[in-house]
Order: sequence, then C-alpha cells, then structure tokens
Amino acid sequence: MTQLTINNIPVDVNDEGYFTNPEQWTKEMGQELAATAGITLTDKHYEVIDFLRTKHKEGVALSIRKVGKSGIVDIKQFYALFPGGPLKVSSKIAGIPKPVSCV
Amino acid sequence: MEDIKEMTQKANAQQADKKPLKKVLVICAKGNLEDVYAALIMANGALTEGKEAKMFFTFFGLDAITKGKSDHLHTATVGNPAFMRNLPTMVGGLPGFEALASHMMKQEMDKLDIPPVSEFLEMIEAGGGEIFACKLAADMFHIKKEDLVDEVQDIITVGQMYDLAEGDGVQIIYV
Repeated sequence: MTQLTINNIPVDVNDEGYFTNPEQWTKEMGQELAATAGITLTDKHYEVIDFLRTKHKEGVALSIRKVGKSGIVDIKQFYALFPGGPLKVSSKIAGIPKPVSCV
Repeated sequence: MEDIKEMTQKANAQQADKKPLKKVLVICAKGNLEDVYAALIMANGALTEGKEAKMFFTFFGLDAITKGKSDHLHTATVGNPAFMRNLPTMVGGLPGFEALASHMMKQEMDKLDIPPVSEFLEMIEAGGGEIFACKLAADMFHIKKEDLVDEVQDIITVGQMYDLAEGDGVQIIYV
C-alpha cells in the first residue's frame, strides 16, 4: 500500500493507484483522477460512479455486464464514457478497489 | 508524498516500456460449450482491458454464431475424460444425458454472471470487438450470411483473417 496526494489530500492506494479505502474519496478527487485518464466527467459519468460505489459498498462483485444492466448506460455507452477498459478505468476514478471479474 | 499526477505519468511511461499487448485475434474452430466460452472470454477480456479484439469462427465454431444454435451448445459427455471421471462412458451416452449435463453447466455459469453465448457476442460487439466467419467452412456447411447472428460482420477468407492481425503487439489465439 502506498500513500498519494490528490489536491494535497493524502489517500491510500495500491501499487496500481486504486483506492484501498473508498471512504477517503470525494467528487473532486474523482475529477482529478478522471483528468489523469484524459476524461472530463459529465453527469452520466457520475451516475455510473455512484452505481459502482453503491454496489461496491453492498459487497457486489462488479462486472461490465452488471453495469450494462444497471439501467444507467448500456455496454456500448459504458465503453464510450470510460475508454481504455471501462470497468478498470471507472473503478479507479470512483475510488474503489480494482475489480477482479473475468467477464 | 507523491501526487497522483506524477504517479500516473510514471506508470504510463513504464507501461509503454513493457510493449504491452494491443490486440488479439481469437480463432474458434470448435463448437462445444467449453471451447466456445474460452474463446469468448479471451476476446471479451481483451476488450475489457482496453485492448482490441477480433474473432474468427471456423468449422464447428460456426455453431456459436449461427442463429438458433448459439445458445444451444453442448459439452461432450462421451470421449471427454475430464467430465465426471467416475462416470461410465456408456452412461454419458444415454439419450438426453449430454443435454442435461450441458444445461447444468450453463446454470453454474449463470451464477458466475457469465452470459449466454448470444448475449456474450452482443457484449463483444458493444465493446468494439469484431466478429467474422470463415468462408471455406461456411461454404462447406452451406451457411450464408443471413444464417448467422447479426453481430457477424462478414464471411471472410483466411487471407482476410490475417489482415485482421496486422499491427504491433498482436497475438493470435487458436481455440
């Protein structure tokens, strides 16, 4: 585990930069994290992020399929919102651990 | 303490040095449940990791992309030594046994959030993956484009298949 700063606020992350403590996350940090991935967050992005954070808190193993069935975005839109591996990228921005799903 | 931006820049530079995999071409030549799923999971897995994926279905693999067949694939209960190894081969050959075993396997997969083949193909297309059928096999089985699921882009030759694998950081996976 490493400590990094986002906007000068220290947060705990793993070696790949995924939050290990989702409670430390704020919306502003989400914006900063998105910027490093070249993404400008829109309301739709935040809806997906909320969904991911809620499901993570409930202990649900996240997958692209589950996001596709969330009613927020379909899978194509999910890929478009978070290019370069949608579940990985969105989880990083959402401040939750890296998903481990193979599907 | 390091800032997230510096860390990201460093991580990106390290990633580029690794010459990462950029694209896979997955060839599926089998029509049984487990091999088709292996091919689908590898292609979809590449997409979810931010890589490109192309799929080429040939021979019995065409069943996976044929309308009315894709969600009814079976796993072999005869001639498959890994399947219930204490089961006498003759029992595996009883009428309906293979269908039952395949049905049970699909139920287990559903529990793991693995979609049916038709939905998997939709997911791959939605993720930017491209799906093709083999011309020679299609000719042999008298299969036309309209017999295949909508996600299939085209029926192509082996030469066109190799064109799909052009570029740096590409691997061809044969199932």
